[in-house]
Amino acid sequence: MNKPDFSRLLEENARRFRTTVGMCVPGSHAVFRGEDLHASLRGEDWVALYVYGITGRKLSTAQVRMIHAIWVCTSYPDGRLWNNRVGLLAAGARSTASLGISAALAVSEATAYGGGAGLRAIDFLQRCRARIEQEGATVADVVATELAQQRRIYGYGRPINSTDERIPWVMELARELGLDGGAFVRLAFEVEKVLVHVNPALKMNYAALHAALIADMGLSAREYQLLRIPTFLAGMPPCFVEGAQQPAGAMFPTPCNAINYHGRPGRRWLREDGDAAKEK
Amino acid sequence: MSDIDPSLQIHTDIWMEEAEPGDRFRTRAAFCRGYDVFGELVGRARWVEMLLLQFRDDLPAKPELDMLEALAVAIANPGPRDASVHAAMCAGVGGSTAAAALMAALAVGAGAAGGAREVFDAMVAWERCGPDFETWDPHPRAAQAQDIWPQRERAAGFDAHGLLGALPVRQLLQTLAHIAASPRVTWLEKHQAALEQRIGAPLALAGVAAAVFTDLGLGAAEGEMLYLLLRLPGAAAHALEQQTHGYRKFPFPPVELEEQT
Repeated sequence: MNKPDFSRLLEENARRFRTTVGMCVPGSHAVFRGEDLHASLRGEDWVALYVYGITGRKLSTAQVRMIHAIWVCTSYPDGRLWNNRVGLLAAGARSTASLGISAALAVSEATAYGGGAGLRAIDFLQRCRARIEQEGATVADVVATELAQQRRIYGYGRPINSTDERIPWVMELARELGLDGGAFVRLAFEVEKVLVHVNPALKMNYAALHAALIADMGLSAREYQLLRIPTFLAGMPPCFVEGAQQPAGAMFPTPCNAINYHGRPGRRWLREDGDAAKEK
Repeated sequence: MSDIDPSLQIHTDIWMEEAEPGDRFRTRAAFCRGYDVFGELVGRARWVEMLLLQFRDDLPAKPELDMLEALAVAIANPGPRDASVHAAMCAGVGGSTAAAALMAALAVGAGAAGGAREVFDAMVAWERCGPDFETWDPHPRAAQAQDIWPQRERAAGFDAHGLLGALPVRQLLQTLAHIAASPRVTWLEKHQAALEQRIGAPLALAGVAAAVFTDLGLGAAEGEMLYLLLRLPGAAAHALEQQTHGYRKFPFPPVELEEQT
């Protein structure tokens, strides 16, 4: 946008708020993407409404059930997990539940797992399919290029145990719902076949399957980034509840001798004259 | 060295604590980079010294510390028109928690358009380009793989729609260059107009901050963190002020609901 157009936009937006997605009229009604929220949408499944809010499209009942199951199957109330631990520590420090859990959700947008890994997984699958369709590349070609350029492919490989226990359960339901044969799900398994040949530990993990199932529902990578925000949410409140039941300050206590310090040895502070600090 | 299970240890070059005799969960003395925090640093060290000690073993000379302090003064309050402060005020006016106000300011102030991610990207540009006009790219290329941050629309550290040679940026650069004469800040101060001409956009405060942090020897991730931290005081104060004023004095604009296309 050029500068005059941007200046005009600022002047217009400074006077009023213009929107297409909705608004509330206190005492009367609320509009959600053009529909009366109460009259038309009050019976909607919450996840269906959530997806509708992101995309403006309504998913089928089977697709909504699939998303529920994907999220249910990864709702782990394990307070050791880094994101859940934030909620637990908040409870132990007697913070509020909302602060603890919203911070835990923000932490879930990580590179190694969660939001960052999920976005990269769907992005890879969509780029992979585009190259196959537009350039006639093979899956092996795309995998080789990706490994050469990015060094790893998000959605494949997992620390501790490379077998992802969630995948068979979700695929069982996907078969029941007729959602197991989409182009991206098939592609995700084809990529796995190529990768395990390179390294047997590079089996598909949940990020790739989650991304593939959602890509088959027609969501873009940016829509998926929004969609997957609550993925781990249901596992967090149990951690918070348990932390709140413990005495304050008792969660994950770290004794002084658990700090393994390998920095500079003890030294005197000699900077009052503004000179650089010197070790004594 | 710690004598407990290695899987339960925190490894750090920054901090060490000595326990009270008989209670390993109570601190008798804390050391930051080897300095006794309560025994020596408190009352002697400047705030900016303690701040930089968190990131570095050794501190720069006084002019560089003065430069950081001057930058901290410049960005302590982005003002109530700034989106991050606006977000904090939204928390304040509704009576949200103090942490929620700062989380709101951090979330918005983290952004790649004028926020801490802009500083990160600009510091990466400094590392790549340095003082060489030809290498400064007005139009960042699209990355091959998607990132959680939206694709950058313009060169980092520049304001796409601002005025060339904006007075606050000019004043800040002149002051910083006078204080420390550090390499990038000095180069920017001398070549601001020519660089703005090449990029086709004015230098922003985030771009100046990126130059300062790079001259202090910080990495892009460290600069991003510092920019987030140093802009919080104003957000805190404005949030509390709006809480006192109440919602009737806080903007709630008229709305125009348009048809979806």
